[in-house]
Amino acid sequence: MSADVTKADQGAAATDANPSANPPNDPSGTHGLAGTGPAVAAADAKPREKGGIGAFLSGSAGRSTGLVIALIVLIIVGIVTGGDRFASTANALTVLRAGSVIGVVSIGMTFVICGGGIDLSVGAIVALSSVWATTLATQTLAADTHWIVLVFVALVVGAVCGLVNGVLIAYGKLAAFIATLAMLAAARGLAELIAQRRTQIVRDRDFINFFGGSVLGIPVLVIIFAVVAVIGWVLLNRTTFGRRTLAVGGNPEAARLAGIRVQRHTMYLYVLLGLACGLAAVMLMARTNTGTSTHGTLYELDAIAAVVIGGTLLSGGRGTIVGTVIGVLIFTTLTNVFTLNNLDTSTQAVAKGAIIVAAVLLQQRVSRPSRT
Amino acid sequence: MTAAPARTRTRTLAVAVVALSASLVAAGCTSNTPEAAAPAGNGSTQAPAGNAGSSNDAPGEKVTIGFSGPAADHGWLGAINSAAQEEAKKFSDVDLKVAEGTNDASAQIAQIETFINDKVDAIVLLPTDGAALTDVATKAMNAGIPVINVDREFSSPFAARTTILGDNYGMGVSAGTYACEQVKEKNLSNPVIAEIAGIDALPLTQDRSKGFADALKACGQNVDNRVAAEFTVESGERQASNLIQAAPKIDIMWNHDDDQGIGVMAALDQANRHEMVFIGGAGSANAMRWIQEGKMAATVIYPPTQAADGINLARLIAQNKGVSDLVQVEVPKRVVLNAPVVTKENVEKYLPLGFES
Repeated sequence: MSADVTKADQGAAATDANPSANPPNDPSGTHGLAGTGPAVAAADAKPREKGGIGAFLSGSAGRSTGLVIALIVLIIVGIVTGGDRFASTANALTVLRAGSVIGVVSIGMTFVICGGGIDLSVGAIVALSSVWATTLATQTLAADTHWIVLVFVALVVGAVCGLVNGVLIAYGKLAAFIATLAMLAAARGLAELIAQRRTQIVRDRDFINFFGGSVLGIPVLVIIFAVVAVIGWVLLNRTTFGRRTLAVGGNPEAARLAGIRVQRHTMYLYVLLGLACGLAAVMLMARTNTGTSTHGTLYELDAIAAVVIGGTLLSGGRGTIVGTVIGVLIFTTLTNVFTLNNLDTSTQAVAKGAIIVAAVLLQQRVSRPSRT
Repeated sequence: MTAAPARTRTRTLAVAVVALSASLVAAGCTSNTPEAAAPAGNGSTQAPAGNAGSSNDAPGEKVTIGFSGPAADHGWLGAINSAAQEEAKKFSDVDLKVAEGTNDASAQIAQIETFINDKVDAIVLLPTDGAALTDVATKAMNAGIPVINVDREFSSPFAARTTILGDNYGMGVSAGTYACEQVKEKNLSNPVIAEIAGIDALPLTQDRSKGFADALKACGQNVDNRVAAEFTVESGERQASNLIQAAPKIDIMWNHDDDQGIGVMAALDQANRHEMVFIGGAGSANAMRWIQEGKMAATVIYPPTQAADGINLARLIAQNKGVSDLVQVEVPKRVVLNAPVVTKENVEKYLPLGFES
């Protein structure tokens, strides 16, 4: 059981908050972005590649190498085909914003998969949290007090759903696949019941302005994503909690004999993911100004795909937050490049499948075979 | 497994209790009933005044009508369902059986088979997929139960007694024609025209896009940038935010569906891109309000009252009556509804038909 989570660390943070280095203001005028020209393009693209390659090859992130290559290839394709439209700060931020919501979910998912579990209910939990936090009663309460109420409610709903999953799996001895499949159906159904299948508009302007705004040119959503990624990385690689997670996922019996309370730890992992889903719901509410039962459709598959191509073992016991973050960025960049080239969604889906296979194959080729 | 020591049990319990009490606080937040007398905006789909009553409205023999439609997971379909049920309530001689909405064709086939076994007098069917439901609808027809096909068409003429369609192709044509008018009016040379479609795999989306392209062709234009969303707010936001990066300047944009339009509008607001003539589709109450505010140029109506009309016709067919305003003694084989364009000029007239997302 080698918890070979590597030191490919600060690199990730740098990649996440990529445009943080001296961000120009978002030039989203009506006159296009031609004005920001190739200078910005180069300035914007280079650090990303440099930060990427430098950090990842110097660190022992062998397993992420295939992934980084895939991302760089995508970025080059984007620059070649999209030119300034792709390599602009505004577009980079668009990609990061698009990845932020599913990114937070994927980081939570990394912990559950590392711990040898799986959660299919993340999309449904996001939907339920977003609906619960935008009901008339909650919004009225928020209007009377503060918008933090919306955030609190979403987080609590997410955590409680995670707790239910965790208790059923850890103490009820249900297979994770089945317990979360049940939650997938039930949470979305409950969301539909509460919302009466309508779209609930977020009326709290302060909430929208806070989460929709930017700090130093970086959207708040992207900052949240970066912070969650850093916290996730520290938690997985630098704390007892993280070590226990890898131990439980690698060999539960050995972990139990080593004195880890496997059941309780497993439960915590699902609560953690539930919290991440609650946070993702808040971010989605800010992005779309709504709470609805259709939010988070197919998040479970997107998150699992990002985690697995990131290099986390689906069987548990080995995981990487950095890889997950890059995995998410690959998919959002892919969508962005395809849209810039006016290609249809069916082609995108095929490419997505090909990229999943190619990235995993590359990883196996490039990385030294590691004993697990 | 060995039992965990009691101490940790207690602690786990304590954690659970804390979490549960927090959830109780949140549980107070599920209510959606307005406290004040503020109406929550029910999808009021009253028939506009002017539909004269006739002897047909008088109660006839009691008929049982089975109704099955897709899951009402967004505003337009929700309005379809609620309008159909309200229509049925108007008639004392109609007993409406509503099957649970589903997006799974095989589940819907099972529902229709149940209706056949129950020997209902007529079936109103809005299929998840017209082709997939054709066989079972034919089976119902052969069993002597008239099927009224709503919105998405069967692939065989023998599967339905009457078909009521919103005009998807016509919707695209209306949007394209309006776009052409704008090009002329604003005197745009070489305008950038964008399209945000719904689910591309659905024939209705393909029809809409074809109509849009054909109408644009008539004035020498074409669609420059096209993305497809999934009729959800989230997908609308995702696709639109990428689209506005792809096209730094857009002159005219048609979004097929006002429910996903909420997400599109969120993306436009986020990027502060309101330079384009923004045309919607379906005709939700939100879209009409945006038109009033000037945030949207127009929306093309796709009537959410089709299933209600279907219930009406099902009742007449089951009671062997015709449509009173027509000379013909039987209900027509095919009714195609109009797809008018709502703009600032006529939005007041259509507002009552707007459905809440």
